[in-house]
Amino acid sequence: MEARADHLAFYIHIPYCVKRCGYCDFNTYTPAELQIQSSLEVISNDYIDLLVQEITKSAEVSEAKFVPSIFFGGGTPTLMQPSDLGRVIAAIKSHYTLTDDCEITIEANPDTVSLAMLSQLLEVGFNRISFGMQSALPHVLAVLDRTHNPDNVEKAVLAARSAGFKEVSVDLIYGTPGESMEDWELTLDTALALPVTHISAYALIVEDGTKLAARVKRGEIVIPDDDETADKYILADNKFRSAGLDWYELSNWSKPGSECKHNLFYWYGENWWGAGPGAHSHINGRRWWNVKHPATYKEKILSTGDPTQDSEILSAIEREEERLLLNIRLPRGIQRASLNAEQLAKLLPFVESGHLSKELWEAGQVTLTQNGRLLADKIVRDALTESLL
Amino acid sequence: MPAIELSKAPQPSFTDPAQIRNFCIIAHIDHGKSTLADRMLQITEVVDSRNMRAQYLDRMDIERERGITIKSQAVRLPWRSAYDNQEYILNMIDTPGHVDFTYEVSRSLAACEGAVLLVDCAQGIEAQTLANLYLAMENNLTIIPVLNKIDLPAAQPEKFAEELAKLIGCQPEDCLRVSGKTGMGVEVLLNEIVKQIPHPVGDPAAPARALIFDSVYDSYRGVVTYVRVVDGHLSTRDQIQMMSTGVRHEMLEVGVISPEPVPSKGLGVGEVGYLITGVKDVRQSRVGDTVTNYHRPATQQLSGYKDPRPMVYSGLFPLEGSDYPLLREALDKLQLNDAALVYEPESSAALGFGFRCGFLGLLHMEIVRERLEREAGLSLISTAPSVVYSVTDGDGKELVVTNPSEFPEGKIMEVKEPIVRATILAPSEFIGTIMELCQQRRGTLLGMDYLSEDRVEIRYTLPLAEIVFDFFDQLKSRTRGYASLDYEPIGEEAGDLVKVDILLQSEKVDAFSAIVHRDKAYAYGMSMTVKLRELIPRQQFEVPIQAAIGGKIIARETIRAIRKDVLAKCYGGDISRKRKLLEKQKEGKKRMKMVGRVEVPQEAFIAALSTGEESSDEKDKKK
Repeated sequence: MEARADHLAFYIHIPYCVKRCGYCDFNTYTPAELQIQSSLEVISNDYIDLLVQEITKSAEVSEAKFVPSIFFGGGTPTLMQPSDLGRVIAAIKSHYTLTDDCEITIEANPDTVSLAMLSQLLEVGFNRISFGMQSALPHVLAVLDRTHNPDNVEKAVLAARSAGFKEVSVDLIYGTPGESMEDWELTLDTALALPVTHISAYALIVEDGTKLAARVKRGEIVIPDDDETADKYILADNKFRSAGLDWYELSNWSKPGSECKHNLFYWYGENWWGAGPGAHSHINGRRWWNVKHPATYKEKILSTGDPTQDSEILSAIEREEERLLLNIRLPRGIQRASLNAEQLAKLLPFVESGHLSKELWEAGQVTLTQNGRLLADKIVRDALTESLL
Repeated sequence: MPAIELSKAPQPSFTDPAQIRNFCIIAHIDHGKSTLADRMLQITEVVDSRNMRAQYLDRMDIERERGITIKSQAVRLPWRSAYDNQEYILNMIDTPGHVDFTYEVSRSLAACEGAVLLVDCAQGIEAQTLANLYLAMENNLTIIPVLNKIDLPAAQPEKFAEELAKLIGCQPEDCLRVSGKTGMGVEVLLNEIVKQIPHPVGDPAAPARALIFDSVYDSYRGVVTYVRVVDGHLSTRDQIQMMSTGVRHEMLEVGVISPEPVPSKGLGVGEVGYLITGVKDVRQSRVGDTVTNYHRPATQQLSGYKDPRPMVYSGLFPLEGSDYPLLREALDKLQLNDAALVYEPESSAALGFGFRCGFLGLLHMEIVRERLEREAGLSLISTAPSVVYSVTDGDGKELVVTNPSEFPEGKIMEVKEPIVRATILAPSEFIGTIMELCQQRRGTLLGMDYLSEDRVEIRYTLPLAEIVFDFFDQLKSRTRGYASLDYEPIGEEAGDLVKVDILLQSEKVDAFSAIVHRDKAYAYGMSMTVKLRELIPRQQFEVPIQAAIGGKIIARETIRAIRKDVLAKCYGGDISRKRKLLEKQKEGKKRMKMVGRVEVPQEAFIAALSTGEESSDEKDKKK
């Protein structure tokens, strides 16, 4: 599928957190790490000015007219004043036309929202909110180093609903050291009891350089084995489906029509602009990413107006690789007709072993089954991309 | 000085046999033979100190590194004896020091009248030395017992002099004491060689007869053949004939080694030297054969010629299939210099194209492999070594089986395997341990003798297959390295032997099949299946690994299907990261072989096939 050249989605990065979680390797900073004394409000105001400048710059570079989605991620976007976040949306509006169904999402920490704030967010234009729930169990949250009180998740979700958010999502993490199958089941049941339209569930990845990785290395905690994590995925998928949430990507489930559009743009290979430190962008086969540190970002924006750190232009093979590795993660999968004989021959054993849907295969489609989703990377490596490299 | 200037020394072709002494040095690896030889070269001044280097006579890197002699050498050393102030020619014939090359050793011994028995006086005699000593005594050689490394603090010359005296029937005080390192006692040794060893006796008027005791390929000159003239005379431009084959050659050059080749007019009775005939392949100039004059041939060959017969077979496969032609080339080249090496193409479903190679023994196998890897830059996988079986099938037909894949299916009447007579020397405290090991390896005790109060010689018959497996390794580790081993083939015996196949997902993996004793089939099957379960990564389906004798499964392990191989998250910034990770993973994926539907990493084959040999290699190198 070719990207729509006149559309551009926006990712807005808010690189601040009150505290860094033990498993997190995102590009985010605490006031202590930045060694700043000024209040977050001052930071917020200054930082938003920089984002507005980058957005202005985007309009000079991009030929797009329409914006179908804006996604505020972080970090903790809810640390910013709703009015400041509104200035970003307004800046985008001043250069582009928001589509009628434009999705505007904010990631939120369940501890840092109030009913008043939620109403303000709706007022400045947000229509979708995603809470970082992770787990219903305090001992699991403790290993993840999350500070929120699990009870606050329910409060936050209910508040968002009563404030008027129609699209509410929660993020879950499974496979945390010390999490039993029963713990995970309780987390799933708790999440499904909430009035949400969307759930993301990720197997924990221990990223190099995190506090969690150091604890694993020291032997303080043990990562559960992959078979158990696979069982947790199966349990989640079954429960979500019974509750009317279907998978629309390997780690994402939603009620019909409540898929996160922004996510889909990534996977469909559409164009998007990531604004803020360390944010990645993609336009027509060119990827680039900004400098990571907020101070460097500020300096670049103020001096040259261009915060790019580096970029790459994807070769035809790389674009094809990306097409395959992204599309295989979606229920629509890949058209058999788009693959060569060697790829098809290598896929066949996965059809036989039940990792690819036989029915859809015969209908001309390469689509992962429930078990197959758990082997997506292997299938990409062994069958789809081997003959490309 | 007792050394004689070369130009004034008795000249080759004209030396009176009474002035000649032909001797060899029998010693264990590490007991200082090369160092003693170095001192002899220096003291006789055939090498001046400016050109001297350690282990002067060892030609190959492998020889120097591992301290073993693979090919023999013969050096002509002029010497004036201090006892009678007369001039002599000493021919020092170096011998290979390993059980695999016993036949070559016996030919070197046959070229001498005497032997220096060199023993490290901190360690005492070792099994292989003992075997070579017996060989020398059978050849009626005069033995001069010599204790080396007399300068070492740990030296126990009295103790080991007793031991040597008992072995060869002399007095302890007859044992000379030298230090190859400092040169102490070496002049005395040279004088004693002159005094004790008889000079060669032959008929100068008879038709020429010369014994080939070594044959070496040189890329510039072709084959260089080392001979000892027994009767008559060999001259340049003679036409010579190999008596075993009747093949005629033109003699292009005759000479002696001193220690570089020096051409001469010829070689007379008792002399030792080299011939060059323009032949390109050592198999045309074989160790043990008799050289005679084509126009005036001798009627009787010198005794003892044998065709080298491989004892151990193994498949050699290039890691990269495309290296197959290189491997063939390298083997062809190696064979020019190694008449004992045989090979024929072999194809394995699991390992691709390679060669089935026959070797004299494990060391020979190791050396060939090492030379192929080093000299041709090849990376090789070798399959488990196999001995030569005689199998009688249900129809009474007898087959020679050197490869488990040739083992007939169906009813078997009888399987015969090669048996060796093994001699083990060790401190007496290890008797129990050694007997236990030999018992486990289907050995039969032949006898036991005390060499000294605390050292013992144990004799067993053992199936060669048991030794080939990891016997030496086990022996060394169970005796803390003190035991030494020698063995010689003594024939064949019927045994309850079966072929064990290893199946991956019901597909036979030919490279892992083995012929083993029925009592050990289960243990082999278990160890292979367990090992493979650990080595083969989980696949998207369950993979049963079975060991079977014919249709009967004797062991089974299962590699469970892989459940999860996916990174959960894939958002904007993750995409290029994921693609790069994918490309990196590809790099590591190259070396996979498909066995049926199962992907087996190359390393799994290597690891599964290195049944304890790896460690025995290491020990060999150290010893």
